[in-house]
Amino acid sequence: MHIRGKVMKYGDNIDTDVIIPARYLTSSDPLELAKHCMEDLDPTFTQRVTQETVLVAGKNFGCGSSREHAPLAIKGAGVQAVIATSFARIFYRNAINVGLPILECEEASQALEEGEEVEIDLNQGVIRSLTTGRLFQAQAFPPFLQEVIREGGLMNLVKKRVS
Amino acid sequence: MGKTMSEKIFERKVNHAVQPGDLVIAPIDCAMGQDGTTPLAIKSFLDMNAQSVFDHHKIFFVIDHNAPSPMESVSRLHDEMRSFAQKFGISLFDVGQGVCHELMVAKGLVVPGDLVVGADSHTCTYGALGAFATGIGSTELAVAMISGKLWFKVPETIRINLHGTLQEGVFAKDVILFIASQLKADGANYKAIEFHGPVIDRLEMDERFTISNMAVEMGAKAGLMVPDDKTFSWVKKRSKRDFESVFPDPNARYCEVVDLDCSFLTPQVALPHRVDTVKSVEELDEIPIQEAFIGTCTNGRIRDLEVATRILSGRKVHPHVRLIVAPASREIFLHALQMGWVEEIVQAGGVFVTPGCGPCVGTHQGIPGDGWNVISTANRNFKGRMGNASAFIYLASPATVAASAIEGKITDPRKYLR
Repeated sequence: MHIRGKVMKYGDNIDTDVIIPARYLTSSDPLELAKHCMEDLDPTFTQRVTQETVLVAGKNFGCGSSREHAPLAIKGAGVQAVIATSFARIFYRNAINVGLPILECEEASQALEEGEEVEIDLNQGVIRSLTTGRLFQAQAFPPFLQEVIREGGLMNLVKKRVS
Repeated sequence: MGKTMSEKIFERKVNHAVQPGDLVIAPIDCAMGQDGTTPLAIKSFLDMNAQSVFDHHKIFFVIDHNAPSPMESVSRLHDEMRSFAQKFGISLFDVGQGVCHELMVAKGLVVPGDLVVGADSHTCTYGALGAFATGIGSTELAVAMISGKLWFKVPETIRINLHGTLQEGVFAKDVILFIASQLKADGANYKAIEFHGPVIDRLEMDERFTISNMAVEMGAKAGLMVPDDKTFSWVKKRSKRDFESVFPDPNARYCEVVDLDCSFLTPQVALPHRVDTVKSVEELDEIPIQEAFIGTCTNGRIRDLEVATRILSGRKVHPHVRLIVAPASREIFLHALQMGWVEEIVQAGGVFVTPGCGPCVGTHQGIPGDGWNVISTANRNFKGRMGNASAFIYLASPATVAASAIEGKITDPRKYLR
């Protein structure tokens, strides 16, 4: 699976309260949540994000609450994938469960700049900057999680196994 | 090689030896959901065409985050939870009964050795009972409700030894804020923490929960303590369940061992907007405050209200400050009423709100104004956390919050406790 997009870059410790403030958790519709994604940190986010955005951030992305609305809001905003040095544990699981592609890669998270065009091979975990030509190798998912990702999230996997 | 508490709990659940890094599918002892996360779990449950829950005695719902409901959309979500709970025979703690994490431990729903999941990041609170308890998202809560099982990666463990004796006016909250400043916000990501040492041994259960509660602020998956006589007496008073405690092997392998001397600790304050940016109260410049909040799953318990009352009794909250108090449960509220603490706090100018999460989550009951400084006993001070991104949240112990409410600025509580 290949993803192509343009980088929007943020720093370390982007928490779930800024990704989607609790006052908007009355909806679980990704498109509704997306209207308020990141608004407390960057009010321009919703205007700048496109269906071809790749978020790049530093360490501990998604720290804080267990709200699954956080990866849903990011996905609903059109973000194709998130590359970070590291993800907070609950966000990591939630992202996989809702089918938001995430990649842990410190090198890429440091090197990629705002506006760079990137291409991601999700199966191989390879990130390529089309702007600079640089290649980055992300951490591979364990096979069990690869299966969850292939099925488009935990819910789809369970549905398939139950049926 | 010996095993940590986390490894031993997983081994017992899956009936085979495990190593850190192993992926296991383990049966859970119970699952909890609150009103911020459960509606989405119910949606996932229905989307997966599930017809039944694995065991309705092992699932608990709590309406605490937006309680009572501040708007009709929330009321609808609460009703969805009530109907679902009724349909499947799930116990639901409704408006005013308290914060989920207080209820889970105070109602005896968690016992030592348990494997517990909760759709709330502060589920790690129950680690203070010697259980492995961890936060999950809504879809995973749905899967746990259906199957009674979930996948886990057996974590590595950081051992934190807390040495020394706490000074008068220094509390469990100061200890955990200090630990956060040392480990940093991602210092225990994907890992479990075991808290050991004489400081923990001397703390009462109320205070131990404060420490385990904030393990997730360093990214930890769980924050465990070794059960002792205090744990057993807490659990036996509250639960009829049999349990078998788990203890770490003396030669357990830890990925990191951190030794901290707490004897020199003074009251600690986390500065906005990071839990791990912490200073001693005496190092701070004068910081005026407009709101003070005492409550939450971190610090809304009996000992917290008791110390706040000691400080506020016979004094007045500063005219520029709104002091809001949310007891962590109805039982705690009743205790505070019987002891006369509520009257003393209200006489001082404090405002009591419904037992529950109060203004911590930023949806109601005390959203700060633009540019306000808030001092709170909660566990998070992220930008916008309390509902206004232009406010500044400082975190501290109930004593520091109470002293600050009186003086209208962040204040060292020790002079009020001598």
